[in-house]
Amino acid sequence: MTNTTPLLSVRDLHVSFNTADGVVKAVDGVSFDVVNGQTMGIVGESGSGKSVMVSAIMRLNFGTDVIVSGQILLNGIDLLALPESEMRQVRGSEIAMIFQDPLSALNPFYTVGYQIAEAYLVHHPKTPKAQVEAIVLNALDKVGIPDARKRMKSYPHEFSGGMRQRIVIAMALINKPKLLIADEPTTALDVTVQAQILELIDALREENNSAVMLITHDLGVVAETIQQVMVMYAGRTAEYATVQDLFDTPSHPYTQGLLRAVRSFDQSTRGSLVSISGTPPSLINLPEGCAFRPRCSQEMGPQSACATQRPNLRTIGANQSACHLSADEVSRVQREAFSK
Amino acid sequence: MTPILEVRDVKKYFPSGSSRVLQRPTGQVKAVDGVSLSLQKGKTLGVVGESGCGKSTLARILMRLIEPSSGSIFLDGEDVTRLSGSDLRRMRRDIQIIFQDPYSSLNPRHSIGEIIATPLRIQKTVTKSEEVGRVKELMHLVGLNPEHFNRFPHEFSGGQRQRVGIARSLALNPKVIVADEPVSALDVSIQSQILNLMQDLQTKLQVAFVFIAHDLSVVRHIADDVAVMYLGKIVELGPANIVYGHPTHPYTKALMSAVPVANPVSGRKISRIVLTGDVPSPIDPPSGCRFRTRCWKAQDICASNEPELLDRGDGRVSACHFPELEA
Repeated sequence: MTNTTPLLSVRDLHVSFNTADGVVKAVDGVSFDVVNGQTMGIVGESGSGKSVMVSAIMRLNFGTDVIVSGQILLNGIDLLALPESEMRQVRGSEIAMIFQDPLSALNPFYTVGYQIAEAYLVHHPKTPKAQVEAIVLNALDKVGIPDARKRMKSYPHEFSGGMRQRIVIAMALINKPKLLIADEPTTALDVTVQAQILELIDALREENNSAVMLITHDLGVVAETIQQVMVMYAGRTAEYATVQDLFDTPSHPYTQGLLRAVRSFDQSTRGSLVSISGTPPSLINLPEGCAFRPRCSQEMGPQSACATQRPNLRTIGANQSACHLSADEVSRVQREAFSK
Repeated sequence: MTPILEVRDVKKYFPSGSSRVLQRPTGQVKAVDGVSLSLQKGKTLGVVGESGCGKSTLARILMRLIEPSSGSIFLDGEDVTRLSGSDLRRMRRDIQIIFQDPYSSLNPRHSIGEIIATPLRIQKTVTKSEEVGRVKELMHLVGLNPEHFNRFPHEFSGGQRQRVGIARSLALNPKVIVADEPVSALDVSIQSQILNLMQDLQTKLQVAFVFIAHDLSVVRHIADDVAVMYLGKIVELGPANIVYGHPTHPYTKALMSAVPVANPVSGRKISRIVLTGDVPSPIDPPSGCRFRTRCWKAQDICASNEPELLDRGDGRVSACHFPELEA
């Protein structure tokens, strides 16, 4: 990992919800860094806590039934300790967010130009109208909306899905945030449009020298756009590595299973696909020990550490992995299944 | 051999817009515009394309859930396009559907047992006393615990619910199952479980699948033949290994290169065709070749003449004036 001070540094973040059925530990002790100018990826299945964690960073989950603890340091300032009035200055200006569904992220009653201008005016009040218009036009140009002067007066329903996502990106980047959080930005889009949007996000990141946090469940998207990856399972970090190390030497059995599942798709043979048996556990009733144990092909039996101790992140090769398996055992599996 | 399912030049035009003066629609959305397909017993035909290309409309036409504007559908050699009443009901035994969203396609107020038994009750293929046995047999077949037949959909995960949907579609021993994006709502690790199940069932029961998906790698894995659709028309159709191995239509090529591959290549950017723009509106499709507005090979002839589906000599047809033939 690099020596530069991280832009965003999350330390031991916990988010839990009090529900009628019990306490749901949606995020359970997660730590990671986002370095300036980099794209950091978070991968996991639905229910692994990706989106809850992101809303905690933006401080969007509130209410008496939500308990958030840990530290979220943006340039050294703990966001969780900020009063709401100061957090409002951070939101949209220092950190901005793109959501999965561009249609529900836009207000159907206002023109897109108005909505982008609004995002700017919140942080730059009393800007002259003509100047705001020029900034909005420029933003729409940058994200590749043709004929921007005319289109800024259109309503969201007049755009296609890909175009809407471009508008949401323009809105997110209007205040030149240092960190852009993209929560499944291409899941609702077609593959041909997905490629356009991913390239756009990457080009804008380079241009603004900002950082991007990309949340996705698609390992293909990870392989192409991301430098550092965190794999989440049941609210915890399963593996943390650079993208090259993650794909070359996956160390956690969950990552290995996912990669094998995805790669068996890419082969043209019609044989049986590799799958991970079972389903993700309920976050209310996590199994004792390792949360992945019931689905793990390499777990070491009911008396072993797998069943009794929650594994902590430790260094295995170049990766950090939360697994009790010995380094020798891990490299044996890697040699068998992942050597080229 | 007679194909189990054959579609000849099927079209579906939806009325669109309205004129206050004329009191009638002013335009047409050509959702499916002249599609011909055939499917052999126990085989799988994959249909791929972007949203809005007409895949789901095609699925609904095959099921006779919507009526085609013209063209005909043959099921096991019999013309079923104009069937109605009891004949239509009898035909429905032979063709069933699996829906995309396992959350909205199961009635939350019915138990799993009732959901799977509904086709049996409507068609009266088994007696009341045999019903429970048949339901349990089906649940076992798709890998659900037969003891759970009294449980309700909310007690199951997405993957298990999709198994319920599959059990329901199998209840009447159909010859053809239309699967409309059956795995796109599921996580990757669960997708493979469901696809493996579908392949096992096909081997066991010799059922034919029409497998509709936007995910090319899923279709590649499960399909014998693949049809690529763009704006209501088939642009390329042929055996999956041939179409995937060497796509001749520029759209097929672009679609395939757009799929992100889970394998990082350090130092080298993958050469990729990124299509500009979006799919044009099917209300007013481009003249000539419908893909020409996004195609990098388009010339004058593409705007004036519509390309026909031509045989490329390897069991595959494609509709392009400048196909990428092997050198």
